[in-house]
Order: sequence, then structure tokens, then C-alpha cells
Amino acid sequence: MAERNGSRNGNRAVKGSFKVKAGLAQMLKGGVIMDVVTPEHARIAQDAGACAVMALERVPADIRKEGGVARMSDPTLVRSIMESVTIPVMAKCRIGHFVEAQILEALGIDYIDESEVLTPADEENHIDKHPFKVPFVCGCRDLGEALRRISEGAAMIRTKGEAGTGNVVEAVRHARAVNAGIRKLHGMNHAELVHEAKQIGAPVELLAECQRLGRLPVVNFAAGGIATPADAALMMQLGVDGVFVGSGIFKSEDPLKRAKAIVAATTYFDKPEVLAEVSAGLGKAMPGLEIPAIPKDELLAARGW
Amino acid sequence: MQGAFAEHVRALEAVGAKTRLVKTEGDLEALDGIVLPGGESTTMTMLMERVGLLEPLRNAIAGGLPTLATCAGMIVLAREVTDGMEDQRGMGLLDISVRRNGYGRQVDSFEASLHLAGLNGKTFPGVFIRSPLVESTGTTEVVATHDGRAVAVRQGQILALCFHPELTNDRRLHQEFVRMASSE
Repeated sequence: MAERNGSRNGNRAVKGSFKVKAGLAQMLKGGVIMDVVTPEHARIAQDAGACAVMALERVPADIRKEGGVARMSDPTLVRSIMESVTIPVMAKCRIGHFVEAQILEALGIDYIDESEVLTPADEENHIDKHPFKVPFVCGCRDLGEALRRISEGAAMIRTKGEAGTGNVVEAVRHARAVNAGIRKLHGMNHAELVHEAKQIGAPVELLAECQRLGRLPVVNFAAGGIATPADAALMMQLGVDGVFVGSGIFKSEDPLKRAKAIVAATTYFDKPEVLAEVSAGLGKAMPGLEIPAIPKDELLAARGW
Repeated sequence: MQGAFAEHVRALEAVGAKTRLVKTEGDLEALDGIVLPGGESTTMTMLMERVGLLEPLRNAIAGGLPTLATCAGMIVLAREVTDGMEDQRGMGLLDISVRRNGYGRQVDSFEASLHLAGLNGKTFPGVFIRSPLVESTGTTEVVATHDGRAVAVRQGQILALCFHPELTNDRRLHQEFVRMASSE
């Protein structure tokens, strides 16, 4: 494994530094990352204009339906998806399962999602992500959770939403909570920042950086429940840098058409006339779930701490 | 479109330029220069084709619009692209041949100091992220190399880079681009 700030090789080049890890996320901005379970899905996603794909065995909607322990995908599947597309490929490991992460790194995956969609392997600790050369994205519900993940080494954040529901309400709640958390910092002096850091359980240095930047210090996408072009544009207008679409595409009637429409809506999020055009005639969206209809202990967003 | 445009906006505004995001043909009007940012070249090209921006943009750049292209932007301009999608072609405006992700996957992304021709001898911080590999440089002028491969080239009013100056605090290349754009 690499040293904390990246490893140096013979030709004066440094690999795996935080700059290149966070930098890839910056290249993904304004884009859509799509969940895929087969190489065919991956090619459809790429053809539709996805900026990356998430390789997994079951989309969240199926994980939710089938139950049981959800784990990292079989490396054979991950490899076959990596071979089928030229865009970056991400894969999920369980919260705290650093060996699954080591395996994904050995496969040469481009980004690891330490994800609440899978069954957590550790109910206290997330992975120490600094020693890895591969970058990590992690979920959050508010500013404190986002900054705890960044301090563990996450190079990208996504708001959690509630995966596999096709219901955007939780994604909106979490994006607004992050925004509110950052807005609250405006005008605070250092003593007040220290108090706020204690309240929300976040490192004060990172809180100060959020205050200075007026945003999170790394790229922040929205995830969990985005099913339509309008959902994607809604999240973009709430200020996220891009969107993850999980079950929303391949659980819909016409995945290619819907995927293209969501890509266009993410770029033209502030142009309602374009949104009207791309939203038309997409066929059925995935069937959605009302959040109160989900038993409390089956809510995925509550995993992670 | 898609990619690291906000970082370029910040860099250009820091050196005194005014900026505008180009998402449609109309946005091209009266520009002094254009930046093709890093991102996914497949995504950008597809979006530009879909909204009819690709041809007008190609015409503008072919007509001498000063252009700064980083990473994916370089691929979009290239004469020849290998290891891309089956039907992926560059705009053919820059006489180079590039291999997509030619330095490897993300775990091979790296930082290295570069010597750039015309930059007063001081090194420039090169941030390479799933960078394209320039396999042949044709008639372009090579501005910098790393490990014997060109990583920055110039041809007419086009300056194309494999790396990402917008992710650093070194504004010399953005300054150079603004100089190119304002001397038109």
C-alpha cells in the first residue's frame, strides 16, 4: 500500500496523492454515474453519456427486495465491466470492510464507494482511506457526516438519499442539510467554529475550510432515489456537482432513452425548455416506494456514523 | 457540458478574464477564446452532438478561435484517438494521435514536475488524471514532455495539455492563454 501522501516511483512522478484522488472527482462533475450489473448495461450507460459507472451484482432496489447480507461484487463481474467500457468504473465495498477495499484496489478499480447500500461490516469504524492509492466516495446525510468521511480520507462525497426507492425526498433532505450546515458557518469566528465542530462531530480544520470555500472541500454528488430527468435537475439546482442514478435507469421501461435524458438534464439543469423536451415520452419510470412504508430498520441511510 | 469547468473559471477569473459557460451554439457568440476542460471525452462529445454544438464549435476553432484544451479537451480536438469507444473520433483539428487513458487507470494517475518551453525555466506542477498518452505529435510544436512523451503541444491558436493546470494554484498557463486570446 502507498504511503499517506502517495507513493513516488523512479521517474519523479507521485502516484495516489490526495490531489489526483480528489481530481478525478472534479473531472466527473456535471455528470451522471450509473449503477450497472452487466457489461451490456455498462455499454448502454456509456453510450448514453454516463461519466462513470458503478459495477455491482444487484441494484439497490433488488438488494432491498431480496434482503440478506449484501457484499462486494464478484471480481469476475467487476473485471468484465471494467473491460467493457473506457469511462471510469467504480465499485462498492461494505462500510468498514477494508479488505474488500484492498481487493477492489488490486483489481485496478477507479473509485471505491464505501456504501451503506451494502451490509456494514463494522458498526463503529469506517475504513481509514488515506493509505489507499485508489480514491473513495462516501455517503452523508449532513455536514458533520460528510466531514468525518473526508477526514478519514474520502476524496468525494455523495448525499445518501434512500437508495432503491425511486423516491427523491431523502436525497433532497440530505442535500439541503449539507447546504444549511455550510450556510450556518457564515460569519462565525474561530471560537464559534470550535463549538460548532463539537456539536456536529466534525474536525474544526475542515469546518474552517468549508467556511472559507462556502462549500464542501471535495466534490459532492447526490444519490439515492433519483429516477427522472427532473429529479436530476432538482438536485443540480440544489447545488450538488453531479448525480448517481442507481435503480432508476435499469428498472425503468426504456433504460437507454431514460439514461440519455438524465444525462442531458444534468447538464441543462437550469434550462426548463430542454428539461421539458428530454422528459417527454420516456415510458414508465421505476415503481417508487414511500419512505414511511419502509420498516425503520430497513432504511439504508441510517447505516454509517 | 460536463467536467472540471468551474476550476477553469476560477483560474481564468484570477488572471483577470471574464468567463461564460458554453452549453449551446448561441453561447459561442463573440468569444475571444474557449477552454475545453477535462472530463469524460465520450460524455462531452455525445452531449455536443446531441445539442448541435459540435459542428459550430469545430468551425469556430478551425477559424482560429484561441483554444485551451486540457486532458479530455485534448482528446476532443485530436486527429486520431485510440482505445476510445468504437466510433469515437476527435474533431481532427490538432495533428496528434492520442491513446485514451494511455497512462493507465486511476491508480496510475500521478503528479510530476514539468519543464515547459517559454516558462522562464521554473518547473510547472503537472497533475495527470487518467491522462491521454500522446503517441505522435505530427506537425504540432511540443511545449513539454514527461518520460519522453509530449504532454503539452501547440498548433496555431490551440494549446493542448495532458495535465490539469486548473487543479493547481499556478496560473502561468492560464495567463498565457489569456494573452493568446487578447492578442487576436
